[in-house]
Amino acid sequence: MSFKIPKDIKFSNYYKKLNIFSLILIILSISIILIKGLNLGVDFMGGTLIEVRVENNTINISEIRQSLLKMKLGDVNVKKFGKENDYLVKIETTNLKNSDFIQSINNKLTSDLGSMINFRRVENVGPKVSSELLKAGLLAISLSLAAMLFYIWIRFEWQFSLAAIAAIVHDVIITVGIFSLLSYEVNLSIVAAVLTIVGYSMNDTVVIFDRIRENLKKYLKITISDISNISTNETLSRTLITSVTTLLALFSIYFFGGSILKGFSFAMIIGVIVGTYSSIFVATPILKYTNVKQKTVQKINEENN
Amino acid sequence: MLYFSKIKLFIIYFVIFILTIFASLNLVNNKENFFLSKKINLGLDLQGGSYLLLEVDSKPIVNQYLQQKLIELRKNFKKNKIKYQNLSLRNQSINFLLNDNDIKKFEEFFLNKENDINLYYDKYRSYELDYFIENGLIKIKYSKFGLVEIKNSTLKQSLEIVRRRIDEVGTNEPTIIRRGNDRILIELPGLEDPNRIKKLLGRTANLTFRLVSKEDDSFGSELLSFENTDEKLNVNKRVVVGGDNLINAKAAYDNRNNEAVVSFTFDRVGAKKFGRVTSDNIGSKIAIILDKKIISAPVVREAILSGSGQITGDFTFQSATDLALLLRSGALPAPLEIIEERTVGPDLGEDSIKAGAISLVIGFLLVIFYMLYKYRQLGIIADLALIINLILLVGILTILEATLTLPGIAGIILTVGMAVDANVLIFERIKEELKTENSIIHAFDSGYKRAQSAVLDANITTLISAIILFFLGSGPVKGFAVTLGIGILTTLFSAYLFARHLSSFYVMKNKDRKIKL
Repeated sequence: MSFKIPKDIKFSNYYKKLNIFSLILIILSISIILIKGLNLGVDFMGGTLIEVRVENNTINISEIRQSLLKMKLGDVNVKKFGKENDYLVKIETTNLKNSDFIQSINNKLTSDLGSMINFRRVENVGPKVSSELLKAGLLAISLSLAAMLFYIWIRFEWQFSLAAIAAIVHDVIITVGIFSLLSYEVNLSIVAAVLTIVGYSMNDTVVIFDRIRENLKKYLKITISDISNISTNETLSRTLITSVTTLLALFSIYFFGGSILKGFSFAMIIGVIVGTYSSIFVATPILKYTNVKQKTVQKINEENN
Repeated sequence: MLYFSKIKLFIIYFVIFILTIFASLNLVNNKENFFLSKKINLGLDLQGGSYLLLEVDSKPIVNQYLQQKLIELRKNFKKNKIKYQNLSLRNQSINFLLNDNDIKKFEEFFLNKENDINLYYDKYRSYELDYFIENGLIKIKYSKFGLVEIKNSTLKQSLEIVRRRIDEVGTNEPTIIRRGNDRILIELPGLEDPNRIKKLLGRTANLTFRLVSKEDDSFGSELLSFENTDEKLNVNKRVVVGGDNLINAKAAYDNRNNEAVVSFTFDRVGAKKFGRVTSDNIGSKIAIILDKKIISAPVVREAILSGSGQITGDFTFQSATDLALLLRSGALPAPLEIIEERTVGPDLGEDSIKAGAISLVIGFLLVIFYMLYKYRQLGIIADLALIINLILLVGILTILEATLTLPGIAGIILTVGMAVDANVLIFERIKEELKTENSIIHAFDSGYKRAQSAVLDANITTLISAIILFFLGSGPVKGFAVTLGIGILTTLFSAYLFARHLSSFYVMKNKDRKIKL
């Protein structure tokens, strides 16, 4: 993995093209989300989720589906999950009032399939709780965006704040868009992933901004484009090394952390890649478009002195 | 930046020492000693178990209270000679008609802070009940704070009963806490099948002994069906003895026919009442009713004065045991509804721990080797900082006796990946400084100084995410927020204090050489 990083890439030459590319990605993502919707898990939709392990190898997925359909439980979704005989069953109904509900499904499956059935995990979320969780999730994401906006607004000027938020929104929309495209399930852990992406993307952007601000004070005569290029180049190896170590950790979770963490680590992997890209090619160009100049940061300088 | 005073060094290494001790407590198996027993708890998703969220349905109890208020109002009206019409209870409100003159009288006593029907809460500056007048029609409802008080007291009682029932079942270290003003959260570690608990909690367990009516008199009696059959009986509304007069109940076998029964004992008051009613009603049936269903209706053959007896029904020994348990622990003031249930089997928990541990080790090694490859000798410093970081993180989690969940493990692995960032920022800065600076001491010194604001900014942003997630996330996701957040604090400590000290060693050893990073 030895990459020699050239020290003087003219990033600003690619701004226009890549910005159009980003814009297209965002429009595509939003359209996919609007048209296809999200595959919301039981956390947000309510319903019953059962992780089933079938002890008999010869049973296939359609037999399980057939057996469940016979029980008339509303919408039923069965898919493979991790190991050979593990399946994830999603049922529309919750029937929380009937305490024998889960047991009766187990009994019927056992007798229909003629095999020992092990329910490794059962999640049963009523409609009240799921709508609350959805609200809390959306609130958490909006709050974190607001908090980031506020933090960077205190630390930097408004142009930086705007640019950083644009980059974060870009990352979140594309990550969610990819989840919609692939019909991956969105559950509580995906909200956690999105929040972490918000933090990570911000982190990446802030490091470059920090350097841009420093260089604005250092070089008094050159344009913002050049300052962006210098700053991005100076911080580039840090940006890449940190992305690599974070991705190493995430790939380790993705491949070895078990099926439950797959969605979470997948979202994070996308987020880290998109976040790294956006801090260089979305956040920084916006500084140029919003006309950031040496003067912009001088005010802070005076205040600090 | 490279100079450390003796006191500072002492504090740094003392903190590391203490937290290392705490971290190692997880390897000690001692449950008695307050200090030695400190450990990171495993969340339900890792050790297996059940999580239940229950909601108290306070509607029936509000109705019940309003019914009482209605009776008191009627008495009061009679006493004060207020002429009322159409006094009735519907849709959780008391309605009646008054003429204008009486409305004044009514308001006078209803808004008197000393009146005993509509209590005045000083702490809320509000009455228990609100009233609305429309063309002489008066509506009385519980006020916002009146409802809060009802919900609070109902929840408190329910919590107590739920605790008793679960304690009686004897599960391992259950957690039972209130959530908001109408919910109860229950965590039952190690419980594979929550079915029995769910059944026990799903019953109000309101037991009454009532006489079966001889003739159809619809006013004083109601038609109730049997628990196991569709058969119905007309039962007197008047309660002879209730479940709150029971002092003991247990499952037993009837020695005549070997059937499972529940034998019970009344307290003194209950025994007296039961004795009197049974001696007055020999030959008639007395119904034993649980939650509006008749369990059995035996004929009274003789006066029962001993204050003890047994309930027969179509019991298995298990169901008799459960009924006895319900009767011993008392009736719930209001029905409970399960609104969320999550159960993880122990084998899945074990698999998750294994998978989490493997991915942690692999992620850790990958990052360690990558840093060595990138930074050689300085890589050793970053790696040592990473190891100390992990130990500190585990140590703090142990002190807090935090709950480790699967997402929490993911948070630790992510911390491993992101923690090196602080050192990367610093090392990269030092590299730049070395280009213009000949003295390695100066380069390191200003490298640390100049990287500081970026390191802080970068970590604070992630910390903000973690804090928001902690307050708004639920269940296992909270565990992720905890490890991620604490991981950031330990990262700052290990990079800016521990690794910096190691760097100063490195600098002192190499101060005369020209080094290249």
